[in-house]
Amino acid sequence: MKHFLDITRETCPMTFVKVKLKLARMDKGEQLEVLLNAGEPLENVPRSCEEQGFKVLSNEATDDNKHLLLIEK
Amino acid sequence: MSLPADKKKVSIVCFSGDFDKMVAAFTIATGAAATNREVTMFFTFWGLNALKKKKGRVATGKSIMARAFNFLIGGLNNLPLSRLNFFGASPILMTSMMKKHNVASLPELVEAAHALGIRIVACEMAMHILEVEKSDMIEEVQDVAGVATFLNESENAHIIFI
Repeated sequence: MKHFLDITRETCPMTFVKVKLKLARMDKGEQLEVLLNAGEPLENVPRSCEEQGFKVLSNEATDDNKHLLLIEK
Repeated sequence: MSLPADKKKVSIVCFSGDFDKMVAAFTIATGAAATNREVTMFFTFWGLNALKKKKGRVATGKSIMARAFNFLIGGLNNLPLSRLNFFGASPILMTSMMKKHNVASLPELVEAAHALGIRIVACEMAMHILEVEKSDMIEEVQDVAGVATFLNESENAHIIFI
């Protein structure tokens, strides 16, 4: 099952807090698509996910300087 | 929740009951917890006000002095700004400015802290002085402890005093 989270309107620390809380509610093996802004969220969200043992499967730039991240729990 | 032995730890002493300093404390705490750190927040003196179940001005305690103090300092909704408080108007203005810029409000940060499982500890000595009972505080207060317990739990942790 693939989940989706848009954190483009969030600022630190709620960017990675919301991703962490969303992942905590998901089952192992499920995927989460995160839409985020370049800059601080793009630096911290993938790093914090990998530190916690989650896999960042892809990271694609979209329009308006945003990125779409695919994470597997 | 079981934690690996090598997990990084952060302990935050919330001494100041100032609105802006409490925002800073909860920002660091939630950020640390979301980046896989074990976080303890130890609330003492004016910081205890953020843990009161009743968030407004309530005369808590038995003695006249304690009741007067608790009424005057209030709860989470009455935390003053550390500078330019303007009799309590500034925290309201600051909250609206935070909202305008999509920055999480203090109640949102507190809620996130609870959701992230941050350990909330209240200082026993400050509770005695201010005559605040555990039943006067929010359910998320996991422990009432003294400085020795806090230091034991904070061994190998970064300690931040706010």
